[in-house]
Amino acid sequence: MSVYDKYEVVIGLEVHCQLLTDSKIFSSAPTTFGAAPNTQVCEVDLGLPGALPVLNKQAVEFAIRAGLALGCEIRPTSQFARKNYFYPDLPKGYQISQHVHPICEHGSLTVELESLSRRVRVMRIHMEEDAGKSSHLEGKPVSLVDLNRAGVPLIEIVSEPDLRSSDEAVAYLKELHSIVVYLGVCDGNMEEGSFRCDANVSVRLHGQAELGTRAELKNINSFKFIKDAINYEVRRQIDLIEAGQKIVQETRLYNPNKGVTFSMRSKEESHDYRYFPEPDLPLLVIDSAWLERVRAAMPELPAKKRARFVEAYDLGAHDAEVLCASAPVADYFEAAIEGYAKNPKVLANWVINELLREVSGDQTIDTVPVRPPQLARLVELIDTGVLSGKLAKQVFEAMVESGQEADAIVEEKGLVQVSDEGAITQIIDEIFEQNPGQVSAFREGKTTLIGWFVGQVMKQSRGKANPQIVNDLLRAKLEGQ
Amino acid sequence: MKLNELTMTQLKAKFDDGQATASAAVADVLSAIEAGQKYNAYITVCEADTLFARAERIDKARISGAPLGALAGVPIAIKDNMCMKGVRTTAGSRMLENFIAPYDATVVERLEAAGAIIVGKTNLDEFAMGSSNETSFFGPVKNPRDSETIPGGSSGGSAAAVAANLCSAALGSDTGGSVRQPASHTGTVGLKPTYGRVSRFGLIAFASSLDQIGPMTKSVEDAALLLEAIAGHDPRDATSVDRAVPAFQSFVAMGVEGMRLGIPREYFEAEAGVDPDVLANVRGAIQKLEEAGATIVDISLPHTEYAVATYYLIATAEASSNLARYDGVRYGYRADEAKTLLEMYERTRAEGFGDEIKRRIMLGTFVLSTGYYDAYYRKAQQVRTLISQDFDRAFSKVDAIVTPTAPSAAFRFGQKSADPLQMYLEDIYTISCNLAGLPGISVPCGTNKAGLPTGLQMLAPRFEEATLFRVAGQCERSLA
Amino acid sequence: MEISREQVLHIARLARLRLGEDEVAGFQKDLNSILGYVDKLRELDTTGVEPTTHAVPIDGVLREDVADQRLSPDAILGNAPQKQEGYFRVPKVVED
Ligand SMILES: [Mg+2]
Ligand SMILES: [Zn+2]
Repeated sequence: MSVYDKYEVVIGLEVHCQLLTDSKIFSSAPTTFGAAPNTQVCEVDLGLPGALPVLNKQAVEFAIRAGLALGCEIRPTSQFARKNYFYPDLPKGYQISQHVHPICEHGSLTVELESLSRRVRVMRIHMEEDAGKSSHLEGKPVSLVDLNRAGVPLIEIVSEPDLRSSDEAVAYLKELHSIVVYLGVCDGNMEEGSFRCDANVSVRLHGQAELGTRAELKNINSFKFIKDAINYEVRRQIDLIEAGQKIVQETRLYNPNKGVTFSMRSKEESHDYRYFPEPDLPLLVIDSAWLERVRAAMPELPAKKRARFVEAYDLGAHDAEVLCASAPVADYFEAAIEGYAKNPKVLANWVINELLREVSGDQTIDTVPVRPPQLARLVELIDTGVLSGKLAKQVFEAMVESGQEADAIVEEKGLVQVSDEGAITQIIDEIFEQNPGQVSAFREGKTTLIGWFVGQVMKQSRGKANPQIVNDLLRAKLEGQ
Repeated sequence: MKLNELTMTQLKAKFDDGQATASAAVADVLSAIEAGQKYNAYITVCEADTLFARAERIDKARISGAPLGALAGVPIAIKDNMCMKGVRTTAGSRMLENFIAPYDATVVERLEAAGAIIVGKTNLDEFAMGSSNETSFFGPVKNPRDSETIPGGSSGGSAAAVAANLCSAALGSDTGGSVRQPASHTGTVGLKPTYGRVSRFGLIAFASSLDQIGPMTKSVEDAALLLEAIAGHDPRDATSVDRAVPAFQSFVAMGVEGMRLGIPREYFEAEAGVDPDVLANVRGAIQKLEEAGATIVDISLPHTEYAVATYYLIATAEASSNLARYDGVRYGYRADEAKTLLEMYERTRAEGFGDEIKRRIMLGTFVLSTGYYDAYYRKAQQVRTLISQDFDRAFSKVDAIVTPTAPSAAFRFGQKSADPLQMYLEDIYTISCNLAGLPGISVPCGTNKAGLPTGLQMLAPRFEEATLFRVAGQCERSLA
Repeated sequence: MEISREQVLHIARLARLRLGEDEVAGFQKDLNSILGYVDKLRELDTTGVEPTTHAVPIDGVLREDVADQRLSPDAILGNAPQKQEGYFRVPKVVED
């Protein structure tokens, strides 16, 4: 048993999701990503003297949606608070957040791993504003501040320390990611920082009740980095304890190039955020009518959809998972089912193996030229024997290129499968005539040549011969005489 | 009589009769400002060309019979903590000495929509923190009633401008008495509306839960007229209240027949330190109100003695946070040649803020800090509830409450500035009104032995400014 | 309570105010005098009293999610003490 096995890993996650609003949480400035610096700001985001915040209703609805999806209680009244600290990214010298009374509390999320299913408690979801961004000029003693992101609405989803491994943490994050994207509240773009994670990591001996001293790993923006950062941090902490040293409670950053975490070591005095209720904003009141309106508009969530796909369409768990990983893909699949309901399994295969391959770069499943009814028709043509699988792939490629209907391509290129036994027999006879050696070799026992014969027929028919019939006829002729 | 010496109502009447033009009114005000520079009432006077151009447009419109706003052509001054687009807005601080506001406060938009001509920005205690106007970076304002004395604060510049006829009327802001107390010291009328009645958008915040913009005028009727122009819901201020704005002017002449007026005994007890002359004047006024048909009722506001302490904890806590934005990054003063970010912050704020601001930021930072929040800030918020409840109980018995505005008439420069606590006690009668969010008004109420004006304050339930105008209107007539 | 000199320095640091040697004692004296005065609130039993954040009950009006751009680039950067290529420029944020 390794020394590392003596310890239990304890992880709690804080996830910040940027909400998909058009305007900021407390001002009407736009939230466009990637704009020229300091162009998406108004007096409120700049913290100009006299400016006042007014809460964005859509941001509230997005927060409620996330809360409902995670089984939270939605507080009938919640309160904003000021978190005071100085930083050039923070124009007012305080961040408007929620402190004592967050909008959502007491939820949970169940994560499924191969060997276990873990219910992770969600302590709270609160609303807050994002900060701006400062960049450091290499080799110069200055930083440049861009406030475009200041005031972009965020929800912070805080879990209890219920996760026990980096794998569980990643599974939790993936499920959470899929949920917020499903809900349409966040675009989930981790590179742009729309979905980012802080991990509180500590270790303790198995069986020990109290928590160990934790380190907070800040702002990690990929699933892989989270896993690597936690694994590194766990080893670091265990090594320290085993060496008789103490863990310091601190904030650490992850360096993906070196694969290590390092202390943010600020010279600052301990943080004292001096939270107090935000006097510029009244209490946020969510009455039951509003709550019910948001609830009624809730989309189906990934876990439920997966179960339904397995049940209703007789799909394997893996196929259901792939299809349900993204709401547009699942919607595409179901729209195609509406066009042709007789063979969901084959349809699923086509979506997973062919269609998703076309989705890359700028292309999304909604911009692929092959629309759900068209894919449905293609599968119907296979099912009714008009197209072989091989021909269907050719047709599909042509559909992607041209956006035409399957039937039109089949007609234009004369790709209809030949199932006429007479015509196929004629081809077989010709091949036998030209290759007597192969025929006798087969009959003398080299039966593996069947594949060669099928290939010849298909070649001769330019791929149009129905392979099943070719096979049957060949065997009858070769074995029967 | 010069046009600048008229009340707004009188000036409007002259405009309507064709006896005066906006251009002439602007000319009279500008020459008065020139002659009255000794008061140091203005920090910025708007460009004469711009003012005359605006006046001419209004005069032309009037001649052509075009519809005009309620304040068309009236020269008005605003306290220099209200943002006005393209105009320097300093809050009386070195920190904003050269700050040009890129947007208009809602009150500025509303004044301009009503046709008012904003002639300039008046001097104030730095960031509205003070009761004597001695903390302004731009020097103290002198009281036109006696230039050896302070004009009160923090809206001392607006009060002096109205008292010395350097405008027809002005706006001030009132966080703990900053409109009413200088009105009292300068013999003018000052009104603090109900919290939420007037938008704070564009008002440079001192203490967000207490600040309110209010009119400072030469008559009660003018105060009603000006409040009508600036009041009303503003979607840009989440704490502004969506309520109809009554025609306040119609209440001024209504009288007090049948009204019940409360006299809070705690405000008259000797330990409150009220000056005997002030007391005599207030008692005289109360008698006149009784003669005019009001019933005088003895009431109690038992938590009065805790108001100043409560106020200074809440106001400084909010201020410490509101003033964090002055960091030298995006606008305002920045210390030269700071090598590190921390040094830039600390020196910018040390050099940009005056002593009183620093003192309040320090106190506010302390009372919010870990370990002290519950004992100080939260405690003060609880006492605030008790103070509010005192008024709720009182208003179940009376329509309005009558008190002195300030414990004494205007004092001499330097008299109270050495001891911050002495200065804070200057607001003892005005502060509870802000804590409870009530409307309050101060009207002139005689003079002390030295001939300096003293004031009478009236308080009413939330959104009952109309009641204040009835009582204040009666006082004005009875004491005339 | 009495505020110590160290506490004065700590508060000044939190508030980002650099105090001169001579100022520290002055602020210490003023703060202690004010805190001595506000200590009178302790006389009151406030058990169970709800704290007041907003004196006037306000039914919160929310904004519709509609974006607009009200300020011009000049208005945004016009008051900046130092700027560079559309950014606000400050002394280096992270010290090495
Ligand atoms: Mg956090
Ligand atoms: Zn956060």
